[in-house]
Amino acid sequence: MKLYCLSGHPTLPCNVLKFKSTTVMLDCGLDMTSTLNFLPLPLVQSPRLSNLPGWSLKDGNAFLDKTELIDLSTVDVILISNYHCMMALPYITEHTGFTGTVYATEPTVQIGRLLMEELVNFIERVPKAQSASLWKNKDIQRLLPSPLKDAVEVSTWRRCYTMQEVNSALSKIQLVGYSQKIELFGAVQVTPLSSGYALGSSNWIIQSHYEKVSYVSGSSLLTTHPQPMDQASLKNSDVLILTGLTQIPTANPDGMVGEFCSNLALTVRNGGNVLVPCYPSGVIYDLLECLYQYIDSAGLSSIPFYFISPVANSSLEFSQIFAEWLCHNKQTKVYLPEPPFPHAELIQTNKLKHYPSIHGDFSNDFRQPCVVFTGHPSLRFGDVVHFMELWGKSSLNTVIFTEPDFSYLEALAPYQPLAMKCIYCPIDTRLNFIQVSKLLKEVQPLHVVCPEQYTQPPPAQSHRMDLMIDCQPPAMSYRRAEVLALPFKRRYEKIEIMPELADSLVPMEIKPGVSLATVSAVLHTKDNKHVLQPPPRPAQPTGGKKRKRASDDIPDCKVLKPLLSGSIPVDQFVQTLEKHGFSDIKVEDTAKGHIVLLQEAETLIQIEEDSTHIICDNDEMLRVRLRDLVLKFLQKF
Amino acid sequence: MLFGEVGPLGGAAWTAPAVRSGWIQGLRTLAQHPSALRFLAACGAVDTIFSLQGDSSLFVASAAGQLLVHILDLAMRGPARGRCSPQACDWPACAQKIVCHIEDSLCSIATPQVTQALNVLTTVFGHCRGLWTQGLWVRLSPLVARLLEKDPVPASHSLVDLLLSVARSSVPSSDRGLWETLAQTLSHLSPTQAGPLALGILKLQDCPQALRTQAFGILLQPLACVLEAAAQAPGPPGLLGGAAGDPMTADTLLCSKSACVGLLCCALTHLGLLQPLPQRPSPWPQAPLLGAAVTVLRLCSGSVAPTSDVGGRLCAILVGCGRVQRAALDFLGALSQGAGPQESVTQVFSVLLEYLMSPESSSMVLKKAFQATLRWLLSSPKTPGCCDLDPRTQLFLRELLPVLQKRLCSPCWEVRDSGLEFLTQMTRHCGGQAGFRQALLASEVPELTKQLLQDPESYVRASAVTATGQLSSWALLAAPASPERPGAQQKSLLVELLHVLCADSEGFPRRAVMQVFTEWLRDGHADVAEDPERFVARVLQAASRDPDWEVRAQGLELALVFLGQLLGPRGSHCPCAVALPETAPPGTLAQALPEAAPPGTLAQALQVLCRVQLFEFAFRALFDCDRPVAQKSCDLLLFLRAKAAPCGSPQEAGDSPNVASVEATLQRWQAGEQGQPLGYLEPGAVMAVLRSIDLEGLRDTLAESSDHVEKSPQSLLQDMLAAVGVLGENEADCY
Repeated sequence: MKLYCLSGHPTLPCNVLKFKSTTVMLDCGLDMTSTLNFLPLPLVQSPRLSNLPGWSLKDGNAFLDKTELIDLSTVDVILISNYHCMMALPYITEHTGFTGTVYATEPTVQIGRLLMEELVNFIERVPKAQSASLWKNKDIQRLLPSPLKDAVEVSTWRRCYTMQEVNSALSKIQLVGYSQKIELFGAVQVTPLSSGYALGSSNWIIQSHYEKVSYVSGSSLLTTHPQPMDQASLKNSDVLILTGLTQIPTANPDGMVGEFCSNLALTVRNGGNVLVPCYPSGVIYDLLECLYQYIDSAGLSSIPFYFISPVANSSLEFSQIFAEWLCHNKQTKVYLPEPPFPHAELIQTNKLKHYPSIHGDFSNDFRQPCVVFTGHPSLRFGDVVHFMELWGKSSLNTVIFTEPDFSYLEALAPYQPLAMKCIYCPIDTRLNFIQVSKLLKEVQPLHVVCPEQYTQPPPAQSHRMDLMIDCQPPAMSYRRAEVLALPFKRRYEKIEIMPELADSLVPMEIKPGVSLATVSAVLHTKDNKHVLQPPPRPAQPTGGKKRKRASDDIPDCKVLKPLLSGSIPVDQFVQTLEKHGFSDIKVEDTAKGHIVLLQEAETLIQIEEDSTHIICDNDEMLRVRLRDLVLKFLQKF
Repeated sequence: MLFGEVGPLGGAAWTAPAVRSGWIQGLRTLAQHPSALRFLAACGAVDTIFSLQGDSSLFVASAAGQLLVHILDLAMRGPARGRCSPQACDWPACAQKIVCHIEDSLCSIATPQVTQALNVLTTVFGHCRGLWTQGLWVRLSPLVARLLEKDPVPASHSLVDLLLSVARSSVPSSDRGLWETLAQTLSHLSPTQAGPLALGILKLQDCPQALRTQAFGILLQPLACVLEAAAQAPGPPGLLGGAAGDPMTADTLLCSKSACVGLLCCALTHLGLLQPLPQRPSPWPQAPLLGAAVTVLRLCSGSVAPTSDVGGRLCAILVGCGRVQRAALDFLGALSQGAGPQESVTQVFSVLLEYLMSPESSSMVLKKAFQATLRWLLSSPKTPGCCDLDPRTQLFLRELLPVLQKRLCSPCWEVRDSGLEFLTQMTRHCGGQAGFRQALLASEVPELTKQLLQDPESYVRASAVTATGQLSSWALLAAPASPERPGAQQKSLLVELLHVLCADSEGFPRRAVMQVFTEWLRDGHADVAEDPERFVARVLQAASRDPDWEVRAQGLELALVFLGQLLGPRGSHCPCAVALPETAPPGTLAQALPEAAPPGTLAQALQVLCRVQLFEFAFRALFDCDRPVAQKSCDLLLFLRAKAAPCGSPQEAGDSPNVASVEATLQRWQAGEQGQPLGYLEPGAVMAVLRSIDLEGLRDTLAESSDHVEKSPQSLLQDMLAAVGVLGENEADCY
């Protein structure tokens, strides 16, 4: 069993598991941090950005792709754990010869589609006048300023996919429900489990009859909108692959939501605007819910909230229809019937308005001071670029970062000098190390495998020994482009036995509750299922003296020696020896059993748990005599 | 039969804990005379009490223990007994039996039995003052000392209680060996168990210095270990004068999170309790303790990077631990009473600011951080000569106010509430200091505070009322709207608070408004002083209708302040005899009244009181269904009568029809029909009514506890008669 690690980003994992005869890809996250190396793509021509000295506006839509550690066309299935971890799907399904199936839950696919649609829209609506790729030449790259010159494998960076590619990739997905058991080629069974992180987010169980691998990726134990995490089903795992923990282990989401609200209120009260760069789904639902409860108490009822995204409408509406994937409280609301999320009421009362972009209706309705939620959190493309340009000059305004995927300082770099206030309130509801430690104690896997980042404290806080996985045995770590042999051997395989063959068996009880029978059969293996069938009957002698053809030969059935079982009680054995005339017997205890020494006969009988040896010097008679005495204590069948 | 299997013990009712408790109560009432002892001993009651010590109901078990102590005390308290010899032979049989039972229990291997015995002894030494207790200790101390030889020491909590109880009694004066036992116990118990004993020893008035040093060392050990573990480099001698931390304490700190948290919290709490006591150890290691508190807080927030392995483990255990944070902040607050080196104080302010700013601080931690900050700010030195905040504190305030501003916008109401409480206290104490005023007025805090009057959470609204009231008292709420109309903003606050008083659906904000108004009236707040009569009339009108008794009671408090200002303070009997207070705030009514013509003054005052309808309010309150309101009203009217009586009434109106109708109305009110208004009252009628009501009698009735009727002999008699069922026939016999 091997694990090929294609991504070094712990929250955007991409691993391939070879288990029995199947090749399973676990997630295909897209690391977009490389976009931070590029200039923002403004919606309207920005004289400031286009006139920056030295570097002209170039293609800003390149992403890191997977390394060629494994031939991706051999991947049988891809299991998706949440919508953030499927953003690289079109690159794999469309460009690698992949012919397998992708499994994901319905909300994952629908919201994943929205995220991809938004991404494609953000990139495509700002066509580039020119594009440059010569810089990717290693000789030129060397001359570039840091961090671009240190970026690895820039040649593998790709352009953003198109909507056709997205549609084609998504068509390869088969929808699954929680706890549904999916057979893969009869060899393994995969099952998605609720992971509590996002709508439809899943952990996966990959198991055969005797082995169980759990894949935990992006899970949350906090009570937010999704169904709670299913921990019980993760028990008894041989291996637990643990990825997607919180990126901000020192920040408690509740505290951050508090910070978010306080800073938002302070800014708006002073007449400033608040910009929240965010993804169109996920934490935004929780933020809107918090604000719904907060705005009245903070006297912000008259402040407009704008949500601008090409998929804003779909996202808000989708969230309301996936009732079965929501937490219990929200599910019960549906039966009242009420919309599960209160943003419906915010929309109804005109407090929250959503627009596909800043063009069109938005320009007519736009009123300040206001709060704007828009993408992309990297500040490199999307409507957020426009607002950064618009509001960056006033210290009354505030940008509040809630998504932890990008370094906010790097994201802000092209906008400097910036007068607006910047607040970093990363909200990451995924598991923290305390929760992981409790989870591992609860589910007790035999082995834990995780990205190497989780096995040591963060570099900036090397004294924080609490910010790492602490388990016994120590977790196995992996890094990008590494192949890991998972630390367990498959020892058993399930074999079915045909009824008629079973009928012919004559079990013999060798000790209470344990019976044995010898079986002669033909092992038939097809589609990873093994069946014992009765052996073909020996051909009846035809009477003629026709020479048998070799192909007619049945397997040589030799006369089998009887099988022995049981153990030899040393004291009784010694007594028996004495009865049979042996004297001067000595017994020595060894680590594995006993040695009976017949000093007179210069003979040694070594009795161990699974073998008995009679060592005597060329006295076959004596050996046979002793052997028969030994055999008296054993059962034969 | 009261005792034994055939008595209540065998009955089904005995299974009810209330019955067993009542039985013990009954015995306790019975056992008031030494002759009762013979009866109790003879009928086997003492054995039953022994068995009840282990009762499943804690109340019963505790009452049984106390009853044993009572019986023992009664037995030993004979007039002839002085100091008893430890020999059992000359003890009364009943006492002997109990002491033998205690001895057996102390030798028992079952911890619950040992605990029972120790608890009984603790009560004996805590409550019995007879000399015989010294003899008892001499007899039992070897058994107690033997408990220390066991590992682990059984019932350590109770043992500590007992030893402290003995140490506080008269025993130490006769038995110096006790100090030795205490020292042994300190060294035998685990660091966590020894903490309370160490604290108790240090609180003792008179105890050997060596023992005090040992006890103080135990309290300091955990913090010394923390300091040692977190030290970047070997620093100056710490808490223990450079000695290394006790390995046992260090082991406890590192063995598990719960042990570490428990030990640290205990140490911090104990040291915090010790700090303000006059008998605290001297020299008090203020600077190292400050350092330790700051280090603990930094370890909890993860902002310190210890280099040592132990420090790293400690950091992993403590990081984010709210319990330790709360205890350390409380301790840090307590340390504000002592001075510290400049560097330490800077660190204190920086760690407090860190906690106040951190989004990770929970609401409880924030509350404690605010409280500690307040204590440090109030204890910070003033600039010599000008009683203003020193420059460092001002700098801190400038950093603090934006944080406070943010906290007042927190979505968590507890945080908003703590922020407001902090602001109120800070303003109360520093409202007159220029540095504070300047910093506060430059911030948006006053404006935000005012907005919080509309908060959806009633506790926050109440705190906002108190805070705005305080800010307004110091003219800090907002700058005047225009130079022509100074105070326009403040006036609107008065209206706003009156609105809260009339319209808020919750009691807390309304109570807060009443307190603010009372304070304003007392201090001569500018808005109130403009027209106090109108102010009082409006407030009393609102308060009289309030469904919350505390609001009504506070209304009476305000009325009393008003009376005081009109008629002179309590204690002086007649306004005719005393000059009106010259120090009264400018603009109060007292000053407005003509100082001459004293009888006229009283008449005027009464007129004013009638106009503001104070009497209607007070008379209604007199028959209020809530006893505290009625009591307060009674006090107020008595005060008024006392003030007015010696001077005579300007106009006797005892027989006027007005008085009769008032009395009739009052009678109806007393009967519970409070619907009818009193109408306008003439001062004369009021005085007549006041004289006719038996206010003293009413006061005495109200002073009785609410269950006095049920407990009175008359009630008992009625119960008995009711039980017999033929009230009429037996009445005469019973009497």
